[in-house]
Amino acid sequence: MENQSENKVESKVESKKRQKNLNSIWRQPLAVAGVVIIAFWILAAIFAPWIAPYDPLGQEHEKFATPGSLHWMGTDELNRDIFSRVIYGARISLPYSILLVVLSALLGSIVGGISGYFGGRVDAVIMRLTDMFFAFPAIVLAMAVAAALGPEIRNAVIAITIVSWPVYARLVRGLILNAKQNDYVTASSLLGSSSIRTLVVDLRPNLAGPVFVLASLEVGNALLLLSGLSFLGLGAQPPAAEWGSMVSMGAVNFDRWWVGLFPGLAILSAVLAFNFIGDALRDALDPRTAKALRD
Amino acid sequence: MTLLSVRDLTVTLMTGSGPADAVRKLSFDVNKGEILGIAGESGSGKTMTALSILGLLPYKGKASGSIRFDGEELVDFKPKDFRRIRGRDVAMIFQDPMTSLHPMLTIETQLTEHLRHHRKISKSAARAKVLELLDTVKIPDPAAALRAHPSQFSGGMRQRIAIAMALACDPKLLIADEPTTALDVTVQAGILTLLDDLRKKNNLSVMVITHDLGVLSALTDRLLIMYAGSEVESGPTAQLLTSPRHPYTKGLIDALPDSQSDGKRLLAIEGMPPELGKFPSGCAFHTRCAFAKAECSAGAPTKVGISTDRRIFCSVDPFLASQGGSR
Amino acid sequence: MKDLILDVKDLAVEYTRGDLKVRAVAGVDLQLGAGEILGLVGESGCGKSTLGKAAVGILDRAEGDVTFDGKSVAKIGRGKRDPHFLSLQMIFQDPYGSLNPRRKIGEQIADGPVIQGMNRSDAIEKAKSLLERVGLPANAVDRFPHQFSGGQRQRIAIARALAINPRVIVADEPISALDTSSQAAVANLLVNLVEEFQMGMIFISHDLSIVRRISDRVAVMYLGKIVETGRTEEIWNSPSHPYTKALMSAIPHADGKAFMPLDLPGDVPNPAYPPSGCRFHPRCPMAMASCATEVPKQIALADGRKVSCVLQSEGAAVKTLNFAK
Repeated sequence: MENQSENKVESKVESKKRQKNLNSIWRQPLAVAGVVIIAFWILAAIFAPWIAPYDPLGQEHEKFATPGSLHWMGTDELNRDIFSRVIYGARISLPYSILLVVLSALLGSIVGGISGYFGGRVDAVIMRLTDMFFAFPAIVLAMAVAAALGPEIRNAVIAITIVSWPVYARLVRGLILNAKQNDYVTASSLLGSSSIRTLVVDLRPNLAGPVFVLASLEVGNALLLLSGLSFLGLGAQPPAAEWGSMVSMGAVNFDRWWVGLFPGLAILSAVLAFNFIGDALRDALDPRTAKALRD
Repeated sequence: MTLLSVRDLTVTLMTGSGPADAVRKLSFDVNKGEILGIAGESGSGKTMTALSILGLLPYKGKASGSIRFDGEELVDFKPKDFRRIRGRDVAMIFQDPMTSLHPMLTIETQLTEHLRHHRKISKSAARAKVLELLDTVKIPDPAAALRAHPSQFSGGMRQRIAIAMALACDPKLLIADEPTTALDVTVQAGILTLLDDLRKKNNLSVMVITHDLGVLSALTDRLLIMYAGSEVESGPTAQLLTSPRHPYTKGLIDALPDSQSDGKRLLAIEGMPPELGKFPSGCAFHTRCAFAKAECSAGAPTKVGISTDRRIFCSVDPFLASQGGSR
Repeated sequence: MKDLILDVKDLAVEYTRGDLKVRAVAGVDLQLGAGEILGLVGESGCGKSTLGKAAVGILDRAEGDVTFDGKSVAKIGRGKRDPHFLSLQMIFQDPYGSLNPRRKIGEQIADGPVIQGMNRSDAIEKAKSLLERVGLPANAVDRFPHQFSGGQRQRIAIARALAINPRVIVADEPISALDTSSQAAVANLLVNLVEEFQMGMIFISHDLSIVRRISDRVAVMYLGKIVETGRTEEIWNSPSHPYTKALMSAIPHADGKAFMPLDLPGDVPNPAYPPSGCRFHPRCPMAMASCATEVPKQIALADGRKVSCVLQSEGAAVKTLNFAK
């Protein structure tokens, strides 16, 4: 007699518990702060024309005005309002950082996926390649590429993508090597699945979570690299209002403390915010810490 | 002579949804030189009972009631008091011999370490004692074994070493939690024979905790059947297994593959054992019991004393007539 | 035996550990017919799981042949599995690893038919009816594995195998990781399915009591070799190989008679260095001098069973074994 009462599948109560697991992200005050900050910057970027008091490129003001009621963050060496430039800066830094992360994650995941699934020689070759890229200090390599392609924000994005994909490749390769050992992958093969199908249908869903978490932690890095390249003149070009290049002007004129401070704070706030969110996501998705969060 | 006397033991654990009782007002005795078996499915509270005697309850777990061991009240013990009796008066062996031995230390180090902690003896005296112990548990070539690491031994051998470690200070009580569940059947037979020999030679008292009725039948003198943190039946093993009186005990015995009639189908008790914190009201077994009546869900089951040594907790007592018994 | 569908001849499976080559399966013969359950028993390290995996095509054969329905079983590899072998399926031991945690179970059950070309919605319908067949509600198709217990997950894995009409299922310790109540339920389900679909099943387990209950025939393995094969009750009542007898005698009985099971001294040898001659001879209570040098040949006894031991004679009735104390 097949035991019927064993059929009690997870009740409503238990489903609610799983919801609580994801909602536990909100319990982390840092994550909430992170979301608030990023939301602020996104809104700033979208509504920049309405929020910014002046034209970011307009040079009609006083030179090096100190922060005051007229210019909340003062003006820079070309008589432009810094507050407006900081607001407009969000329009470059945020979208490009996110684009960077998406590109690197995609490229890295595909490379790592191939390496992990096929193993053997393919894996060995790809991993050596990845190691080579890891060995280079990111900023140096990015500088070299950007300089070779020409100083332009688009080339900076390409340069940083080239530098950032290895970390995703390593992650995905590890995840696939792990997942390959599971019986469900063997079961798929027994049912007639081809390698590609197994990769796409069976393995990919297990990759999304960790890759997403890594990506959210990497956005901060991407932003920093982008700002760094711009600081060095290899990214956003003048007269664009971009936080990194603004900071470089601040470094030159460091006795006018306001020129570099505010864009620097903008970078700091955005990077920290992404890091907080990434940390909380990772804790929520990792089954062990997730349990601790819930209790 | 009573060595361990447990009365109304209640073990409260902290779960995600608040405190829950894993053991509910349990009472039993272990006498000198006897082997008591505690049987039950997962969630019955049998392991928590053992851990409360050793003061090894999980974080925020509390034991209340009375545990009198050799004249001392263990419920009042502080951690340092437990450290005094652990390994020396009461010892425990666990299910998985892989994890109860330290993988990095030699056998000699592991076995002499706590021996020297409890008794101030020299290294060479400890070594001699340990060699003797390894011989008692029938490890071939004890001298070579001392220099080896746990990974070089099979599961059965490791369990023997764990038993040697437990016996090092001549404890009065050995608690064995599922000692043979992870072992092959021929290896299990060896461990059971060993435990039986030790009881005979050293007058050792043993508390064996397992769901395996075969192991309990082979080794134990008396049996305590637990369900959802409470006792349902207890008494001499032979009697309990040949004429069980509680519906749960009978259900467990009927569910054994060997005891069933023809055909290939296996019988099992309907339903699943309840989870911690979700025990049914009244007699916790009433939801799965074929003989349950209205009063079974209302209040705690009546205790029925069948003889000085035997009792059940059941308000219905459905097998009373068939066993020619009387209240 | 009716309709032989799976035929294993002289099978050997090796693996390398560092520099060592280990023969986990060292020359094994086995036959499986339609509608029968063959229990494959043995203790840790005997190679029964390895044998099961090689029979299905998950592992490579070092020697010998496995024939399924007339064709030699190919190992699964990069490409799609040869359709001829799709009706040779496996149920795995770990109910938590055999289902993909991130996919709905309906999709996983539908995998087999979808790969064969069935359209997705038909396959999901089929999945629903299969879920009911294994005792789960049809609306479970949209749920994920973590919402089910171990026993339920095994039933889902069984439904997944059923979806492509298997003719042979190798069940590798399918109930060992489950609690007692679920064990009975899943075992009963397998018995019912074998009867209904007249499948052949190899039931690999170390739990002798359950194997005795549900198997028609039993094969006993020790250190990579099958020592005895035959009808279950005959083997249980009068084992013809000393290891079988030792195994039976080691099972404790829950009859309250305080019967101490028989201790078989010694340890299972390291499969990398098997003993010479008969592999069981160092631990055999009835070993003779010749056992250390001669490998016993497999012979057939009068009642049809096969055994590899010099104590028995070809074509004769079973000689009862007595372990002298």
